[in-house]
Amino acid sequence: MKPLDWLDQRTGYRKLAHEVLFENVPGGARWRYVWGSTLVFCFTLQVITGIALWFAYSPSSQTAWESVYYIQHEMWGGWFLRGLHHYTAQAMTVLLAVHLMQVVIDGAYKAPREFNFWSGIFLLCLTLGLSLTGYLLPWDQKGYWATRVATNILAITPFVGPELQQLVVGGADYGHHTLTRFFALHAGVIPGAIILFIVAHIYFFRRHGLTPKEPRRRPDAAFWPDQVLRDAVACLAVLAVVVFLVVRNRGAELGAPADPSEPFPAARPEWYFLFLFEFLKYFPGGTEVWGAIVIPGLLMALLAAMPFIGNWRLGHRFNVAFLWIVLAGSGWLTWLALAEDRANPDHAIAVAAAQREAQRVVELARSPAGIPATGAVTLLRQDPLTQGPKLFARHCASCHRFDGHDGLGGQPKDAASAADLKGFASREWLAGLLDPARVATPHYFGGTKFKNGKMVKYVREDVAEYGPEDRKLLELTIAALSAEAGLKAQRDIDRRDETLIAQGREALVGPRMNCADCHVFRGTGDAVGPELTGYGSREWLVAFIGNAAHPRFYGERNDRMPLFGEDKVITPGELGLIVDWLRGEWFVPSPAAPR
Amino acid sequence: MEPHPPPPAPARRNFLAQAAAAVIGAITLVIPAASGLLVLLDPLRRKPAGGGAVFVANLAAVPAGGEPRKFPVLATRVDAWNRTPDVPVGAVYLQRLPDGGVRALNVACPHAGCFVDYKAARDNFHCPCHNSSFALDGRVLDPKSPSPRPLDSLETEVRGGTEVWVRFRNFRAGVHEKIPV
Repeated sequence: MKPLDWLDQRTGYRKLAHEVLFENVPGGARWRYVWGSTLVFCFTLQVITGIALWFAYSPSSQTAWESVYYIQHEMWGGWFLRGLHHYTAQAMTVLLAVHLMQVVIDGAYKAPREFNFWSGIFLLCLTLGLSLTGYLLPWDQKGYWATRVATNILAITPFVGPELQQLVVGGADYGHHTLTRFFALHAGVIPGAIILFIVAHIYFFRRHGLTPKEPRRRPDAAFWPDQVLRDAVACLAVLAVVVFLVVRNRGAELGAPADPSEPFPAARPEWYFLFLFEFLKYFPGGTEVWGAIVIPGLLMALLAAMPFIGNWRLGHRFNVAFLWIVLAGSGWLTWLALAEDRANPDHAIAVAAAQREAQRVVELARSPAGIPATGAVTLLRQDPLTQGPKLFARHCASCHRFDGHDGLGGQPKDAASAADLKGFASREWLAGLLDPARVATPHYFGGTKFKNGKMVKYVREDVAEYGPEDRKLLELTIAALSAEAGLKAQRDIDRRDETLIAQGREALVGPRMNCADCHVFRGTGDAVGPELTGYGSREWLVAFIGNAAHPRFYGERNDRMPLFGEDKVITPGELGLIVDWLRGEWFVPSPAAPR
Repeated sequence: MEPHPPPPAPARRNFLAQAAAAVIGAITLVIPAASGLLVLLDPLRRKPAGGGAVFVANLAAVPAGGEPRKFPVLATRVDAWNRTPDVPVGAVYLQRLPDGGVRALNVACPHAGCFVDYKAARDNFHCPCHNSSFALDGRVLDPKSPSPRPLDSLETEVRGGTEVWVRFRNFRAGVHEKIPV
């Protein structure tokens, strides 16, 4: 016996292959029959890419984002793999809609194919379930907040809502068990169910055969090879679109790690759920159950009832019209949601901020320090560049400005009434302070009670009359005072001007500049104004913001500046973050540095 | 391939064997299924941590004019097997009241749980997800707002005249009643 005959005798593979490949295609191969195959292809692609991702993914609230970051930014081809998985999921949703439309338009849902249709509807729901559960797994801000909203909506299900929510979330709060559960659903339960239903779907399909599109243009033919070729070309086209999206967008997006205390106004569901998101805006308080559960449930019930409705005289037309209306309605709602966000400047700011944080956390994760065991969320919480502007906007911007804004780009309600602190203690900033034309503007002392004080008087009267030699001394003094701050941005020029700075220190306490008349500098002078030793340094700023009314600074003449440290308005950690941010001290990735 | 010979029809008297096969089959499935189900249902008995008052901010940090300011709430966070002290578990808006007290509102929108923004220009709260808007005291401003109830107020206490302590809790979203979770 020949080996292949032996194999066939033992396994019956020839009959099986024949059954698979020589299914009758009434009227011959056609392009309109490809959609089901493209869906099987997409699902297979998702299984392959999903299993590969599984090898590197770790579902817990300290490791989910971190492992996805690692896949995305560190592993060979990780961004491409994740991108394939992400965009194929989106392609699947589109193809499901196309497949459903085609089945309904061609009447393929009618008797005797009810079970074929119902198993298909179930597959549609399972695939949407995959999208919902997969969205959370990176544990980034977007997934976290979208899931919070989705599971809160689940909680309004009549009778069992809260328990259902608690079961899905895995406890009373979102955390490790939310991830383990979503992951078990995403990678185990739902794909398992999908495989079962695909088998059933194809079995029912084979049992009753393909629904031919009339009129048949050609004689019947076998599935192999003409229809298989068309299916293969369609799958290749789907893959090409997906790969194009992956390459164009450099893979799938990964936001900043989830933080329950950090608002995320840019939160939106995946685009194919936007219509539901928009729909919910039209249900005033307490009627949400209609928009989230009852109406979608009725629409699904109507969809499932199509095979029966189709038996009536006008039933088929009703079904087709119904589906077009639902599709058009969803499209309209999606467009409304997008248009509203486009027209909303706050949303644009929120999206930009979200992108900034997403980019920043990657920089920090790639820094030599790397991601600590507490997770990447700690990186952003301890980053002066991220937290500084927020803290400044919260605590400082009611009086001060930073480059004309509140630190985050916004404008506080009240006009500025204290100095603009961008570049504080830099040579440029000090040159402005000692400029007779600028010292009394709101940028410096203009909004404070010191507007009429000794310092302003000195600058406007004495400095204004400086000759060229004094101006030279003033320049040295500024360089010397600014060098006290030890600013990162001036490190090079401070080093270069070392000799000049030494001369400047002498000038500062010398008879012409005579700063020591009112300020203490390195042990010399009178403590009337703020001490100038270490002016603008980290220690000086921490002490100053902590207690501006200390005798070392303004003493009793302090003008409205809250005693942030002394009165525990902010914590020492927050104070440090503000100071580091004002001084420009944060991690900057160097392009050439080895990782 | 050789066709299988058809099996003989089961004898009608064989009821006992049929019943025993069904029962034994069921038992072999029930035990693993039940043990799995038990673990699956475990989250139902988990209660949220905390509920006691926590220090949120110093009174000096709350603007004097009555403007709301957002503060993170630091508390011990229990996440299954992890217990982490002093981490943000949520956030509140604090406002000074004319009577010297402090009002605390949970920042989570009672509709679906997004964080509401304080809009200084309009002097109200706005939810960036489904557009609910709230007055400074938490009342629903626009009757078309999807939020079923006002922003959730929290019990506050000013200790020693300087420290604002808040009994921080989250409430069930999407319902008229304020039910703690």
